[in-house]
This record gives sequence, structure tokens and C-alpha cells, in this order.
Amino acid sequence: MTYGATRAVDGLSLDVARGSITAVLGPNGAGKTTTLETCEGYRRPQSGTVRVLGLDPVADRRELLPRIGVMLQGGGAWSGVRAEEMLRHVAKLHARPLDHDLLVERLGLAECGRTPYRRLSGGQKQRLALAMAVVGRPELVFVDEPTAGMDPQARRATWELLEELRRDGVTVVLTTHYMDEAERLADVVHIIDHGRLVATGSPSELTRGGRVSTLRVVLERPVPEGAPQALAEELGASLQVLDATSLVLSGPADATTLGRVARWCEQHDVVPVQLSLGTRSLEDAFLELTGRESLDAAAGEIGSSLDGAAR
Amino acid sequence: MSAEPTAQPLAEPTAGSAAGTFSPDPAAAPFRAQVLAQASMEARLLLRNGEQLLIALVIPVVVLVGGVLGAERVGLTFSAPVADVLTPGVLALAVMSTSFTSLAIATGFERRYGVIKWLGASPLPRSGLLGGKVLALLAVEVLQVVVVSAVGLALGWHPTPGALGLVGALLAAVLGTSAFASLALAMAGSLRAEATLAGANLVYLLLMAGGAVVLPADAYGSAGGWVTWLPSGALGESLRAGLLHGTVDPVGLAVLAVWTLAGALLTARTFTWE
Repeated sequence: MTYGATRAVDGLSLDVARGSITAVLGPNGAGKTTTLETCEGYRRPQSGTVRVLGLDPVADRRELLPRIGVMLQGGGAWSGVRAEEMLRHVAKLHARPLDHDLLVERLGLAECGRTPYRRLSGGQKQRLALAMAVVGRPELVFVDEPTAGMDPQARRATWELLEELRRDGVTVVLTTHYMDEAERLADVVHIIDHGRLVATGSPSELTRGGRVSTLRVVLERPVPEGAPQALAEELGASLQVLDATSLVLSGPADATTLGRVARWCEQHDVVPVQLSLGTRSLEDAFLELTGRESLDAAAGEIGSSLDGAAR
Repeated sequence: MSAEPTAQPLAEPTAGSAAGTFSPDPAAAPFRAQVLAQASMEARLLLRNGEQLLIALVIPVVVLVGGVLGAERVGLTFSAPVADVLTPGVLALAVMSTSFTSLAIATGFERRYGVIKWLGASPLPRSGLLGGKVLALLAVEVLQVVVVSAVGLALGWHPTPGALGLVGALLAAVLGTSAFASLALAMAGSLRAEATLAGANLVYLLLMAGGAVVLPADAYGSAGGWVTWLPSGALGESLRAGLLHGTVDPVGLAVLAVWTLAGALLTARTFTWE
């Protein structure tokens, strides 16, 4: 069931199904937060329409806000407030909040319940922010980078909570720049870049069903020039030469391919010291779709230019 | 997360929804409950903060004790006993410290830490946020009035306001609070948190020294005329009119009303949530 359509940022159009987890994936500065903030009613779109739960996030604010939960990227609490005190306060703004102790236990906030917000670790702040977003039993939660800065254990606890929310019928829209997070959690992934939607699909659709598609070969010594290119041509694969003795072939990788690679090694009298097969990951899909060299580099570059602009 | 709690019935699930731990059942709390929750939260945070407490209670008490004891020492004389003149002034100082300095600093940092932004996506409406702040201010002010009055009485204050004076003083406190609060929000809503911190403290010190808060306007000589147009002077004079002379100071109250209007308009035009 479709409950809303969003057109934001730059010709971005996306629908979210009720009771699903939708991930909006993209590097820093891609427009993820802007998209979320438009749905949350913080920003009025210059053109296009946004409907969340059938409501206009700006005009129908008072009706919409009690029904959604919002986790902002960082902050949202007073620096001197204790973690448990903040959560109890937020619960009081809602008519039928979740059980406080249950939420505290599920998110591992018990050990820091008396700690002032400013002394919480980054991961603890994130978990408190998530608790604040869900304590009012919302129909829909928007979570912005839910696990940024979390240790692996807290990350897993957060993922389990988000999965449980989905099981109980809560719709989750999250932004992330972690591929594994989107791959594990999301029913639908929207990859956005420069404020535009570049791909939409389930993780398995975006990774083409997880079929083996890369073959990495490391040789004991260099082969004559042109030999790797000849192999790639024979296999119909694209070639990436990493250095004189290692290469990556991308394309359908099956038994025939392996046989041909073995024969090619025999021809050149060279032993492969390493032969590894890889599946196309969401990161591969992302890099292919956006044409970026690497996600981290892209994120860093955009992040620093934004910092520069803000100064 | 080793202990996996089983789903517990937490609230009556709405008709048709699956009964899971997190099954949606959203609704805002009644407006009154939200405002009271916000007010009690803000009042607690104000009183917990050491610097705010210094400005809200310690400085007014020190000024009152020092002023009453020191005035005799330096031969400063007023038309009435010194405790009777200074206690209403220090009450005005206390109102100013909370409704201006504390509120501006707290709100500045609320913007900085995204509290106001987050609350903007919570069920609490803007009117509820404002209402909560006002109630929190009034609660802290009641505490200040109790403490300052007790110290004043111990120093020989004999308040004789009568019914009219009491009404005048109450009106002065309410209008003074609204004037300073609207100015505080205008400042905190447009400047960065650090600038607000510095500015609010500076304005407080300047008005305390030269704004006819603690000392009556006539103690400033020829400058006494224009300081009564400042919100500090208008608040100090109208509180003294009520508590010292048992009258209502219509000009002072009008000046406070005008400052309230100016601050509110400025706030409405310039306040940004982050």
C-alpha cells in the first residue's frame, strides 16, 4: 500500500509502503537530510508536493506530528538533561507512550540513565534519539543516520529494534551511508546523489540477485603486456589492472570463465597465487550508478566543500 | 541485548492493529499536560544550572545584603529606610535575571543543541513551548521572590503596599517578565549561542549598574529621566511605586507593555529554529 509520494530536492520522486523499511542511501551532501526534513515539515518544498500519511507536512503539521517519530542527526536534547529524564519528558507529550523501562532496556540506556546528555557517548546519544523518536508509538518514523558513530553491538541492537518496529507494523524511513545497513534492513533502497534519485529497488534487485560477478586474480609474476586485455576480451568482461601482477575482471563468472582463466595461466606459464570470486555489493552498484571512484572519497569531498561553504 | 523481553500488553491496542510491542497507537497528550511537562522540565533545568542559579539567586541576595549594609557605611541616604528602597529594586533585578538573562541563554543553547528543532517535530505546538517557558519563568520567579523577600525582611524591610500597591507590583512583575522575555527570545532567536551568552550577561550587568533597577531613577541625577524609558527602569520604578509607595505607576507599566510588543514583533520576524 502506498501512503505518500514525495517530490523533493531536485526532481526526486519516491513512494514508501506502509510497514516497510525504506533506506535513502547516498553520500554526505546528497540530499538525504533535506529529503527527510521536507517530509517532517521543516522545509516547504519550492515546487512539487509532499504527502506523508496523506497529509501535507507543513499545512497539516498539528495533525501529522503526533503520528510520526523523528530522529534528528545529532542533538535534540538539552545538554544538562539526564538521559532517562529526557525520555520521560518526551513520553509525557504523547497520550499512550511505550513503556519507559522496556525501551530503556532494549536500547541499552539503563547504564547511562542518570548521565547528563553532554556526557553521553556518541552512540548513547544516538540510541536516546531513537528512543525519543519511537516512544510515542508512531505509525511512521524518520531516522537520520541511525547508527552513525555506534559500536558494533549498539548497531546490532538498533537494527534489531528497527526490524521489530517493522514487524509490528511501523513504517521506517531511514537515511544512511552504510551499505551494509541498507542491505540488511531495507525492503526498498533509494539511492540518491546530488539530490536526484539514481536507482530504486530491493537490495537484491540492486545487486542483481547477489550473483558472482567479479573475479580477482593475483599472479606470481607479471605477464607480457596485452595478455590481460586479451583475456578480458575472450571472456567478454571488463578489466581493471591494479598493478603488474593483479587484475580484477567484472562480468559473468562461472565454471567456463574459470576454465578459461586457468588455460590462460597455462599459456603464459604463470601460477595464480590468489583467485577470488566476489558478488556485486550495494557499494559496487552505488559506485557504478553514480560514477564515483569511492564512496568515502565522494563523501569526504562533498563534506569538506559543505564545511567550507558554511564557514 | 541478551535479555529479549517478550511482547507485553502496554496499552489498549486500537481496533484492527496487530498487538505487538511497538504497534502504532499515536496520539498527542492533552495540551495542558504537554505545557505542564514542558514547564516543569524547563524550570528544573534552569535551577540545575549553576551559572543560572548564580544569576537568579546569589547575585540578587548579595546585592541586597551588600546594598543595605553598605549604604549606611558610605553614607548613601534615601527618602525611606534603605531596606524599603532596595528590596523592591532587588526583586526587579531578580525578575530581570530570570526573564531576560536566564531565558536568553537557555533558549540560545536550545537552538544550538537542536532542542527547539526537535520539539518542532514533536506533538508540542509552538504555543505550548512558549506557554511552558512562561510557566517555568513564573515558577522560578516565585522562588526568587520568596528568597529575596525573606532576606529583605531579615534586613528590616517593612513593605506597606496596601491592596492597590500589591496590584501594581504584580502587574509590574508580569509585564516586566513579558517585556524582558520577549527581548530575550528576540536575542536568542537571531544570534549564535555564544553571542547570546555574552550579550545577555553584558546587558544584565549594564542594566544592573545603570538601568535604575536596584537604585531609584532619581539616584541617577540628570540621567534619571531617560532611564525610566528602559525596561529595567520601568520595571524598577513600577515595583517601587507598588511596594514602597502603595501606588500604581501607569507610565512604567505602559513602557513595559511597549517593550513587550516591540520584543514580540522582533521575535516573530527574526526567530529561527536552528
